[in-house]
Order: sequence, then C-alpha cells, then structure tokens
Amino acid sequence: MKPFTYERATSPAAAAAAVAAKPGAKFVAGGTNLLDLMKLQIEAPTHLVDVNRLGLDTIEATPDGGLRVGALVRNTALAADSRVRRDYGVLSRALLSGASGQLRNKATTAGNLLQRTRCPYFYDTNQACNKRKPGSGCAALGGYSRALAVIGTSKDCIATHPSDMAVAMRALDATVETVDGGGRTRTIPIADFHRLPGSTPWIETALTPGEMITAVTLPAPVRGTHIYRKVRDRASYAFATISVAAILPESGTPRFAFGGLAHKPWRVAAAEARLDGGAKAIAAAALAGATPTSQNAYKIPLVERTLAAVLAEGRAA
Amino acid sequence: MKFDTPAGRNPIDQQKVIGKPTDRIDGPLKVTGTAPYAFERNDVAPNHAYGVIVGAGVAKGRIKRIDAADALRAPGVLSVVTYENAGKLGKAKAHTATMLAGPEVEHYDQAVAIVVAETFEQARDAAKRVRVDYARTKGKYELKAVKDGAPIAKGDKMKTARGDFAGAFASAPVKLDATYTTPDQSHMMMEPHATIAAWNGDELTLWTSNQMIAWAVRDMSETLLIPKEKIRVVSPYVGGGFGGKLWVRSDAVMAALAAKAAGRPVKVALARPQLMNNTTHRPATIQRIRIGADKAGKITAIAHQTWSGDLPGGGPETAANQTQLLYAGDNRLTETHLAVLDLPEANAMRAPGEAPGMMALEVAMDEMAEKLGMDPVRFRIVNDTLVDPEKPERKFSDRNLVRCLEEGAQKFGWDRRNPKPGQVRDGDWLVGLGMAAAFRNNMNMKSGARVGVDRKGMVTVATDMTDIGTGSYTIIAQTAAEMLGVPLDKVVVLLGDSRFPVSAGSGGQWGGNSSTAGVYAACVDLRRRIAQKLGFNSDDVTFADGKVSSGNRAVDLAKAAGDEGISGEDSMEYGTLEKDYAQATFGAHFVEAAVNVYTGEIRVRRMSGVYDAGRILNPKSARSQVIGGMTMGIGAALMEDAVVDPRFGYFVNHDLAEYHVPVHLDVPHQEVVFLDTLDDKTSPMKAKGVGELGLCGAAAAVANAVYNACGVRIRDYPLTLDKVLEGLPVA
Amino acid sequence: MTDTNGFSLTRRGALVSGVAAASTTALPLDAQPLPAEARAATVPVSFTVNGKKRALDLDPRVTLLDALREHLHLTGSKKGCDHGQCGACTVMVEGKRINSCLTLAVMHDGDEITTIEGLGKPGDLHPMQAAFVKHDGYQCGYCTPGQIMAAVAMLQEVKDGVPSYVSTDLTAAGRIDAQEVRERMSGNICRCAAYSNIVAAIADVAGAEDVA
Repeated sequence: MKPFTYERATSPAAAAAAVAAKPGAKFVAGGTNLLDLMKLQIEAPTHLVDVNRLGLDTIEATPDGGLRVGALVRNTALAADSRVRRDYGVLSRALLSGASGQLRNKATTAGNLLQRTRCPYFYDTNQACNKRKPGSGCAALGGYSRALAVIGTSKDCIATHPSDMAVAMRALDATVETVDGGGRTRTIPIADFHRLPGSTPWIETALTPGEMITAVTLPAPVRGTHIYRKVRDRASYAFATISVAAILPESGTPRFAFGGLAHKPWRVAAAEARLDGGAKAIAAAALAGATPTSQNAYKIPLVERTLAAVLAEGRAA
Repeated sequence: MKFDTPAGRNPIDQQKVIGKPTDRIDGPLKVTGTAPYAFERNDVAPNHAYGVIVGAGVAKGRIKRIDAADALRAPGVLSVVTYENAGKLGKAKAHTATMLAGPEVEHYDQAVAIVVAETFEQARDAAKRVRVDYARTKGKYELKAVKDGAPIAKGDKMKTARGDFAGAFASAPVKLDATYTTPDQSHMMMEPHATIAAWNGDELTLWTSNQMIAWAVRDMSETLLIPKEKIRVVSPYVGGGFGGKLWVRSDAVMAALAAKAAGRPVKVALARPQLMNNTTHRPATIQRIRIGADKAGKITAIAHQTWSGDLPGGGPETAANQTQLLYAGDNRLTETHLAVLDLPEANAMRAPGEAPGMMALEVAMDEMAEKLGMDPVRFRIVNDTLVDPEKPERKFSDRNLVRCLEEGAQKFGWDRRNPKPGQVRDGDWLVGLGMAAAFRNNMNMKSGARVGVDRKGMVTVATDMTDIGTGSYTIIAQTAAEMLGVPLDKVVVLLGDSRFPVSAGSGGQWGGNSSTAGVYAACVDLRRRIAQKLGFNSDDVTFADGKVSSGNRAVDLAKAAGDEGISGEDSMEYGTLEKDYAQATFGAHFVEAAVNVYTGEIRVRRMSGVYDAGRILNPKSARSQVIGGMTMGIGAALMEDAVVDPRFGYFVNHDLAEYHVPVHLDVPHQEVVFLDTLDDKTSPMKAKGVGELGLCGAAAAVANAVYNACGVRIRDYPLTLDKVLEGLPVA
Repeated sequence: MTDTNGFSLTRRGALVSGVAAASTTALPLDAQPLPAEARAATVPVSFTVNGKKRALDLDPRVTLLDALREHLHLTGSKKGCDHGQCGACTVMVEGKRINSCLTLAVMHDGDEITTIEGLGKPGDLHPMQAAFVKHDGYQCGYCTPGQIMAAVAMLQEVKDGVPSYVSTDLTAAGRIDAQEVRERMSGNICRCAAYSNIVAAIADVAGAEDVA
C-alpha cells in the first residue's frame, strides 16, 4: 500500500469536490474491494476521502412507488430491508449470494457497482493487464480464462464484472444518481453505467473523475416471480461462473440479466422477446456474437441450462 | 527404549485416561485467542522490525540487476537483503530449491529480497519499490508435455513387479485400462508461514510455525552454515501445516538474514498470495491403471503407473504406493516416474502418495466393479489380502478392511444404492451413492520426551513434538496421566521447542502414535527411577490414583517426587517390526452426492465412514482428524486445482478467493466410526496414525457417487461442473 | 480452566529440574512508541475495544486488524489472508461482524469494537467458546476466533431477521437450521475442516434441534 492522506468528508458534494481537486484521490466507503487492491498496489490512491458518515445510508420510498437506495447502504441492510425482500426479491437474493456475511455488512451499494474484476492476471502485478497498466497487453488472452467473459470482449480485455447485485439491478432497470466535483447531479441508467472493455478496458464506468454515486433508484416493483440463480462449483463464498437474474411477470415480457458473462451485467432485449422459444431461444439471442475461449465455452450451454432451470422454477412458483 | 517385539500388556491398556473423548487441553486458549502463534510473540521481541519478502516475477531465469535504492530511501526502511549482500549461504539437503534466489531464479515467487522497516506498512510498500531485472529463460511447466520419457524415480519401491502382469492382463476376461489425472494442490493452511528471528551474538532463535522442530534446526544450520547448537526453534502453536510446514521455508531463512542485517529481531509472514508459488505444493499426477480380473471378480493382474514432476533434484509423488499393498492379485506392476518441471517445489501434502493415488485407484476399482457387474463393496472384499501381495510371506500387522467395508455399508444404507447410474432424482438433483476404501501406510518415527513430577505431584512433559491441530497436547497428556496414575489436570505439556527432547514431529500421520510412544518410554524411565528411589521392586509397582504402590506399601506421587522433584527421559526407537509386517490404516468411505440436472453443480449430501487405526487415543480429536481429511477429500474431488499457466510457469489462482477449498456449505454432517482395535506391532500404544487416513480415498468416494448420480465418469480431477455438463443429458 | 490446562506461568514455575521454562503466553502489552521517522503523517484515532477506550496515532494505512494485532497486541483476531478471503480476522464493529483486514483503523474513530478477547477468557468462557471446546469445533485453532465471532454475530443477524441465500422464503422470520448455519458461516474457512463440529457447537448454543 502506497502512502496516502486521509480525510473524512462532510457532505457528498464536498467529498466529490475533494476527490476532483486532487489527482489520484479516491472515495473509500466499505473498502472491501479498494483495500484488497491497495495492498497489492493495483490501486494506489494518494488521498482517500472517507464517505462513510454522510447520511447516505437510508432507503426511502420514491413518489412513483420505487425505492431510493443510498449509496452507503450496506449490502446486508439492502438485502434485509422488508420492502426489498417483498418487492425486489431478485435483488435481495443477488446480494445474499455474494461474498460472505462479514463482507456484506461492510460492502456498500455504490461500492458493489464499482467492484473491479477478479481476473487473476489483473490481480498479479507481474503480468500484463490493460486494466491495471494501459497498453501492457492482456495476459488472460491465451491464459487461464475459465471464469472470464464470453461476450462483449475485445482484443484488449476479457474480464468479467464480478457483482451479483449489479446483475439484479440491471434486470430491475435501476438508475444511478451522482454528484460531481462542481456539485452537479445527474442520473445514469444502469444499462449505461458499466462499459464494455473495447480498447480502453481501464475505463469501466460512465463516471467522470471525481463523480460520486449518491444513490441507486429502483423503479416501482415488477410483480411476478423474482429469481436469482447463481451457478458455482463451491457452494458459497465464490464468484459466479454464471448467474441469471430473472423477473417473470404473470403476463408480459420477462426480464433476464446475466452475470459472469461479460464486462458488465449482460441483458439483451431481443432475448426477452423469445420467451415462447424457451431457454434455447432466449440463450441463443442473449449470446449472439459470443466469442468464448476453449476454457470458458462451457458457459454457453450453461446459460441455456440455467435459463431452463429458472423457467421451470418460474412455472412452479 | 527399543520397540522390537510385539507389545504385551502395559499400563496404557488400563484405558482410564487414554481412549476417552477428552476435550482438548489447549482448547480454552484456542477459543479465546490467547494461544500465541509465531507472528504474535510480541513478548519475546518487543523491539522487532517487520520484514516483507519480494518474490521473483519470473519462473525461470537469471537476475540481471536488483535496484534497491528506492526501497532503501523509503521511510522507515532499515535494510534490504538480497543474494548480493546476504553472505554465503548453503542449501539444506531437504530443500530442492534455495530459499533465496540469485542470481539464478528457480521458480516463480522464489524470494529475491527481504525489505526490513520499522512498520509493516512501510516494509510492504518498500518491497514494491525493489526493482529486479530478469533474463527470463525457457522452462518446462506442463506435466503432460514432459511425461513421455520421464524416468523411473530414484528410491525405494519406485518400480515393483510380481508375476507376469502383461500376460495375465492380456488374458483376463474382464479388464480396465484407464488414465486419471490429479491437479497440483496447495496446502492453504489458515496460518501463513511466519517467523520472528532474533540473534543474540552468534545464537539465533526462531519463533516460527513448523511441524518438525529438529528438521528445522538442521535445515537452518545447513542454510546459514552455523552449528545446530547455535539455533533454537520454538513452535508451540501451528496454525495448520498439512505438510507445508515440514521444512523451514523462506519466512524463516529470510527473517534470520533480515534480523542479522537490521541488528534487531525481525518478524516475517508470507502474504497469502505468495504462499502458493513461494512454498511447496502437492504435484499434479498422471496415473494409468490397468486391472484384469476373472469373471468371479478376482483380480489377476493389476498395474499402476504414475507420473509427476519436480524441480531438478526433487522427488516424485508416490501415487502408486498403495497399489503395492491394498488388493490381492498374483500379477502386479507399479512404476513411479519423475519428470523435471520448473514449477515451484513439489513436496509432501497431507498423505503424499496415497491422497492422489487413491483418487485414481479407487475410481478404477469402481469402474472395474461396474464392468464385472459386481457391487463395489463386494469387489473390494473379494480382493482383500491379509499379506503383502508383492511379498506374501509378509503379513499385515493387523488388517480389518473387510470389517470397515461391511460395517460402513450397513451403517450408510448402501443396500439402497441403485447400481445403474442416473436413476434417482430428487427435484432438480440427480442423487447417487459412492464408496471407496481408505488406506494409508502407518509409519513410526523415533521420538523422545522428558517427564517430571514436582513436589506437588504435577507432571510435566516436555518434547519438541508439535500440535498442528492434531491434538498432540491432549493425547500426550493422556499418555502421561495413564502411565503415572494421575488425572489429566495434573499434567502440563510443553511442546515445540528445540530445547526439549527430539520427537517424531508432525508428518505422515506418524505423530500421534510415535510421540505418545516416546512419552510412554520417558514415563517408563521415570517410573523406574521413582521405584528405585522408593526402594520398590520395579516389577510390581503400580501408579494409580496419585499413588505409587508396591505390595502393601503406597506413597503419594508428590511425596515420591520430593522437594527436588524427579524426572525421566527416553526415546522410543523401532526395530524391524515395520519391515517384518506391513503396517497400515484402513477404512471405508461412503458418500451421497447430488448433481444438478440443469447446471451440473455437485453437492455432497451425506458422508460417513468406518475406520481402523488401531487404538484410538482420543476419539474426539481423532474424529476431527478424520472429518478434516474427508473434507479435504471433498475439496480434492470438486474444486481444488492450482492452475498452471504454461506460458509463464506459475500457479495463476494464487489466493483463497481463486484457489477454492471447501467452505461450511460444502460439507454435510459427517459420521465417523472407529473400529478401535489394538495393533501390538506398532508401539506400546498399539495405535496407528489417523491424521491422513480420512483423506485417502475420500475424493474417489465423491467421484464414484457423482458417477452413480448422473452417469458421467470424470477421470480428470477436480470434477467441476463444466466437465459434468459435457456428459449430462439435457434436463 | 487455566489451572487445568497446564499452560499457566505458575505451573511452569514448578517445573522439575531439567525441564526448561518454555514459551510464555503472549500478554497484551501497551502500544510501543515508534521512532520519529516512522511516525510521519499519522492520524489520531480513538475507539473502544472490548469496553476499553483506546487512542492511537496511526499511519492511515494501518488496517483495523493490524491496529488490533500489532498496536494493541490483541492477537486473538487472526491474519489468514489479509484480503477478505478467509474470515479469520472477524471482529464485531457496532455489533456487526466484519473482516477487520479490509477496513482502515482510521475509519473507525468513535466505534465500538469487540474482539475474541472481549468475549470470554480461559476460565470464563462465553457459551459459544465453551461449545467449541465441547464439540471440538477447531483443530489448529487459527480460524477459531474468527469462527466464534462470526457465529455469535450471525445468530444475532438471524434474530434481526436478516435472510440468507438458502432461506426458502425471503419474507419469513429468521429460522435457523443446519443449512442456514452453513451458508451464513461460509465466510469463515477452516482448512482443518472442523465444519461438522462447528455447526454442532453453534446449534448447541442456538438451541436448534434440527441442526444435523
């Protein structure tokens, strides 16, 4: 960990201003991913702005029947919120499938969205990684890629986004609220929040330097069956090989978002229109253009199979 | 004391204290966090500095240049030690690679420097400021690429044969020829290797985490080129080892060098991401097994060939060894091949040899049983042997495999198994039952102890034996209590210090039986001295209820000790009984596994077994050893895989987030039954090792249950869902 | 009991001749002052640990775990991975279990922290600690403090109605059974694999009957 200075922010706008003012500054919230990476000097902020005590830890009802989740709401608190459990089961389950009880008690809503990839080459500073060191190359290409992305990849990066929560939020059409160093606020649809790697895999989100997430808003609930199915070899405390967030309304178009497939939560509108074709058709549409490696090609049939499980569970519910 | 004839009746047979499921005497310290592990010994070195090891960034090559200037300028930095300023170092004979690289780099993350600073944070940051330029050279990293042409390994029993295997196999009416692979595995004990080193003049003390104290002294002596007498090693609490702490590693060597350079005690712990490539691992194997049998299921031919790799000068994974002993068959062959690989040092991990060997052999037995249309339990019973099948004149000291199989099958409800795979469905899950034999050699090692009684009647045992979670503290206390006729709470046990008599140490599941036998020997010596002091005829003296009695005379033990106290010391050494008799431990594993019809995910639902390891000294801690092994078997079957990147020659998934070991949710309630027999050929304790038995065969039982559940036979461990999916029908 | 486990210093004082005094128990000492050059750019922080107010001046890089272990010499919280991958460092902050390795000490100004040392002592064990001894819920002991801290906090989470991934009904009140315990404890790795016994110990404390 490189030396850094530390301050506790007094307001979201002040925090954003503090980070914007100092090159190399970063926000620290739960710290569960940032400190992990700082110890390996994958992240090396020169200044940390602690945003933990800014009152951003409440969940409030919105006028249109949704929920506004403060950026600092802990994963446990969000998963356990009675409204979330009742109306946004896919989100509660996604959160509970991630990490461990200890980590969920600390990890925040905003931090979860900003998690960085678990690609083992990103994590080893001796290896080439365009995310860690732009232009150095991608050691994952031709390397150990069993857990890595199968779609939306580029010749510069095949990393996945590790979050479960973000996959559920993608299915829920959540919106990310931010404030920047100048005090300007804006909202970003979750679909546009995470980026594909392209030729700049180190740019992972739509946030500008110093821009801070203040809340995530969930639209009014979609009634129906909410399912989050996470597939993994180890039964718990493991990242997804793939995951499916599904909302199956009693009538109308279902929603499917996928984790473990891409650099961002993966959702394809065309796939959702293929419900009549069953799991096979949905998977084919969702994965059109996939470019798996020999090691992660199993994810292609796995998506279809997991969708079949999800649809069966939906029928049984 | 020499153990060279089978044990007769002795005070251990009373089983007043031995054999009881006593709570661990070190338990209260462990559950309160007050048992001090190596890195926590702030009391012994209050002025210590912190050392952080810099690992090599390439797998093979030469250091062109080390630039430590930036590191040395960093705040708080006291010194940087590299091969350039470390002074002359030797290489311990027990080490395959050196503990400090330079100029040659032998493997990835081999230590190239240690940075010492006032604080941990300063040292960790400064370690990143050491710049090393390497000239990388090509290495060999993939076992399958170097397998062909790999010679038979040097050593005993690396190639064995009896009868005419080729002829018998060719003419066998039913036969199997299958190849299995097991991956590299990492010990991943919870406490990373850690050492505090302090010099007092030319005397070095290491507070470290190590399984074998005397080996540690020897290897430090050979490395630092100083006399053994100048080295003290202290390791009373070890946060797990599994073979990874059998020999001192770079933490100890680099801490010693750093402490010398800094002129102060230095604390060093390996960072978790360094463990896998800096230390040792269980090497991957390729194993070809051929079994031929007659139609009644009698094995007529059996061959087991195995290949593994290691750095030049290293050793093989002896995965064919159990096949020399486990099943009958007149025509036999085993071969253990060793290739050269430039991966980190391959070495012992819990049950070296049998652990991966049984992963292959016991699946082969399952496949063969199916070919024969025989029940797998029955197939094993039919091929049981009470003699060493390679040397029929050599009997087993005691062998109750058939009882384990029969009782295990009965307790588990094996008769409910449908031999046809893929027939039982429970919701989204295909459910199957599988079994495997458990087999692990029993080894005895010379072990010494010193035992004393003070004027209050308190008994103190001191031995350099270690407790790595095995329960040594408790079974040693039980042994002394039994021998001296005192309750357990009158016994103090001091372990893990090179100032104490040399013990067997913890490895190869020899620790329990051997170390208690050493304590037995010391107690015999003490009993003799006490009898002599009291003028008793030592032949008819009894020690019971805190008294020493002979005829109608009885003296309190405390009084017998007197104000000066009295002590005895001895070692137990072994004669030829181990050669004269095959000595081994046995068991039968039973597993119910479920395979998700959609995703191919595998979950173990039930796991139980019956085990025979001679006298069970403490059924509570012995059971824990066995369930620990069984669980490591779940890991080996389903997830553990140190993935080699063949381009760069290192284990890629080198932390606990990516190298998966089982977590709570992977493990069902486990049932363990011990036969609790007596083996009079092993030691006066009549016990055998139990620390590794639970692992041997457990993974195969899981794999066989998976096959029975879904009909997909996977011969390449671990059985991850992608491999299941390849054969799983659409749900 | 300290008296019966045979490790207390007084016992050692009574050793017979020839048996050298062995290791002493690591007793918490007061924080050691650092040389001036190492103390640059520190940040003052004070919090309550096990009911006792502690004030430290720390390099902001010091994690809560290292503040406890290296500065306060409360070494019961273990460093197994230092990356949130094992759970050995579990402590409670404001009553909630967290990985103390993945949080900075300076972020906890004013917080109330409970470590294994605050739960019970040899001779005066917390019921969870006693249950771990009774059920042999450990082997090497290194993950044990983390398991115990996680278990105590986990039972409170159940009481507080926090669901888990294996809860069949997210909206139902917290119910504890073996699968729930296993899922909720999965952030604490035990390589010795005392899992089966740990679940039994927790069930014993929770009074759950169907935990098997």
